[in-house]
Amino acid sequence: MSTLTDPPKPKFRLSQLIYDTRYRSITIQFVALILIVLGLGWLATNTVTNLKALGKDFDFGFLSSAAGYDINQMLIPYDNQMSHGRAALVGILNTLLVAFLGCITATVIGVIVGVLRLSKNWVVSRLMSVYVEGFRNVPLLLWIILIFAIMTESMPQPRDFRGEVPEASMILGDHVAVTNRGIWIPRLGFTNSLSGNEAVVPAEGVPAVSQGGIDWAVLGIVLLLSIFAIRFVRNRASRIQEATGVRPTTWYQQILLLIVPTGIVALFLGMTVVEPFLKGFNFTEGTHLRNSLIALWIALSLYTGAFIAEIVRSGILAVSKGQSEAAFALGLRPNRTMNLVILPQAMRVIVPPLISQYLNLTKNSSLAIAVGYMDVRATLGGITINQTGRELEGMLLLGGFYLLLSLIISSVMNYYNNRTQLRER
Amino acid sequence: MSDTHAQTVAYVRDTMIAETAPPTTEVGVIKWLRENLFSGWMNTILTLASLYVIYWVVSGVGPMFTNSIWNAGSLSECREILALEGLTSHDGFCFGVLKDRWQQLIFGFYPNDAYWRPVLALLVFFVGLTPVLFDSAPRKLFLATAAAPFIMFMLLWGGSIWLPIVVGLGIVVGYVALTYLSPINGLVGTLGAIILPILFWLYLAGPIAGALTSIAPIGLEYVPSKDFGGFTLSVVIGIVAIILSLPLGILLALGRQSDLPIIKYSAVTFIEVIRGVPLIVWLFTASLLLNYFLPPGTNFDLMLRVIIMVTLFSAAYIAEVVRGGLAALPKGQYEGGDSLGLNYWQSMQLIILPQALKISIPGIVNTFIGLFKDTTLVLFIGLYDPIGLAGAIRASTDWNGIYWELFIFIGVMFFIFCFSMGRYSLYLEKKLQREHR
Repeated sequence: MSTLTDPPKPKFRLSQLIYDTRYRSITIQFVALILIVLGLGWLATNTVTNLKALGKDFDFGFLSSAAGYDINQMLIPYDNQMSHGRAALVGILNTLLVAFLGCITATVIGVIVGVLRLSKNWVVSRLMSVYVEGFRNVPLLLWIILIFAIMTESMPQPRDFRGEVPEASMILGDHVAVTNRGIWIPRLGFTNSLSGNEAVVPAEGVPAVSQGGIDWAVLGIVLLLSIFAIRFVRNRASRIQEATGVRPTTWYQQILLLIVPTGIVALFLGMTVVEPFLKGFNFTEGTHLRNSLIALWIALSLYTGAFIAEIVRSGILAVSKGQSEAAFALGLRPNRTMNLVILPQAMRVIVPPLISQYLNLTKNSSLAIAVGYMDVRATLGGITINQTGRELEGMLLLGGFYLLLSLIISSVMNYYNNRTQLRER
Repeated sequence: MSDTHAQTVAYVRDTMIAETAPPTTEVGVIKWLRENLFSGWMNTILTLASLYVIYWVVSGVGPMFTNSIWNAGSLSECREILALEGLTSHDGFCFGVLKDRWQQLIFGFYPNDAYWRPVLALLVFFVGLTPVLFDSAPRKLFLATAAAPFIMFMLLWGGSIWLPIVVGLGIVVGYVALTYLSPINGLVGTLGAIILPILFWLYLAGPIAGALTSIAPIGLEYVPSKDFGGFTLSVVIGIVAIILSLPLGILLALGRQSDLPIIKYSAVTFIEVIRGVPLIVWLFTASLLLNYFLPPGTNFDLMLRVIIMVTLFSAAYIAEVVRGGLAALPKGQYEGGDSLGLNYWQSMQLIILPQALKISIPGIVNTFIGLFKDTTLVLFIGLYDPIGLAGAIRASTDWNGIYWELFIFIGVMFFIFCFSMGRYSLYLEKKLQREHR
């Protein structure tokens, strides 16, 4: 028997780099890499040349120099002697604030509208369709500017609240003042603050009430602990139910746990409501929500709410009818059917696009520029750039901030997707 | 036996009751109302609440429309007319502003005597679009589709007629190169079809167009980009970016799904970076920073920069939508293509993309709608879109303080554009539906 020999290996020819699929991918990638590197290099050389021509350098040192401009809405202490970096941080917090508020209201609106749009009630479902189509098909910018215009042009001036027979009056039982300079709402303050003498300058006849950052932190921690305790109670109930088949009644324990500790701490800190009132030409005390914040918040919520409504609707429709029928056949009550069968399946469809809507809302909050809301684009990407002439660095940081935010959100989404994905063979 | 019954039951009917109509509550409108609007207290409350909302809106806005004033040169004049009728400024809209300024809102600063040009360009666009949108249109219209971009460019910007013609010749050059070089060698043919037109455009097109213009100076009055405004600007940016972003988006999606790591990761980086940053930041980049990245001394049109940025932005979004479509296809489709011996581009073109794009139609159209709405953002870098012009009108002495009328007009215009795009996508989805027929 003759041994089989390997067929003679064809010698590697240069043309294989183009015609042989085994090698072609390497050629393509090599060419692509060269082109990309050349392209990036070209951009970089141009940038260096241009910067040199303008006599500029590439330096982030401006972040620590004094900003010199005021910001009209700040969540952390800031004045114009602080650095550009601090100003950027104030802007970032403002962006996050409006994004956070917007996400909450948009979700509430979206869920309600999405469910109502599926209602068998013809009038309601049509009305909701009008809302959804109306907001989805008109630019967000138009809504922001329109709401801002309504706020500034149609609302009464603070002086209209004055006099024996005022032309305007505060609404919601004299607690909220809607004026053309913004909305004043009551705020919560602490008379017995932990930080002690940090109290804001009291108005005449008003006891000293602290804004109390540290008090809020304490309250938050207590609330968080209560929530953990509630989860513990629930888990225990589930364990007992699994062991004995009878679920102990825990609702009153849960409510007590939620209310009592926080309530006690709040009482101890002397939490009071500080009402806004007219003083001089304007309202003082309370919390001042500027028109820019209101317009941005309402417009973002209504606009994104319309998109979320569609997501919720499609999510609910995506759960096949057999699922709810099967749950009823098993004898589950409608409530539990919703909680245990429909929602978990609908959530899998709803959550990923919902999160990307949150991301969109956050990015859309950069339209704050239309109403002069001091978000990160306005501080870091606006005034700071104009004052220091550092367009390149400023825009890089601004882009980097948004990019980081979206990467964080999308990694949360990927985590969720991986956890809830249907496990198929 | 009937007597038996007579002992046990008091009365037994032995004749049929005459047929009667069903109770009024169980037929027609009343039944529908009861079942749809007033079934249960919750539903009743909802119905009443919505009816109240509708009543509130209609009773509030209706009179404002019926009392609206169309013939007024300024807001104060309009208010005077309203006051003559015994109405306050809250009782009627002053649509006089639209009559006074509609040309500005629609055409921006386009020369007055040339308004027919954007209108005609839009018509040309629709003629070119017909064969793409509707199968039933005659196939010969595709010739119009090919010519449409050049005619539209000519109409909108004007200038010498020879420039678009010579640029169009570049494509012919590419085609000729492809037909004559391919028989020699496939690769040479492809490269030739790409490189020769570029060389032609770079080095020959300008002189040829210049020479032709000097021989036969035919053309339309040149309109610079800065004169574009209003809906003309939005529609031009929107249409150009839509047309350019679809192929780019598909290429990016293919890149992202590619087996070649370098291609894949460059596509991923590009898509994620573009999507992660708001459009407004990109627009500022275009207006503030682009000069840094280009060779010293280059300076080109702001509108062109905007179009490039908007195109790249929506291409990244389309890429993600198309990627979803590609991922949704069963693996067998890809393997089927391979087993038929098709190469990558053939199998993409014949098997994968037709199915993937069909799945992604709603997403793609939604991206287009988003893009069209986003064209309003150009106002922040100094271009006058309708909202920017509304701001200018509100700042003028005549119309200071007006807003509802302008925003209603702009909103309705955008609504018409976007809503019809959405409806077309629904129609297309239904038409292409192949399952459950």
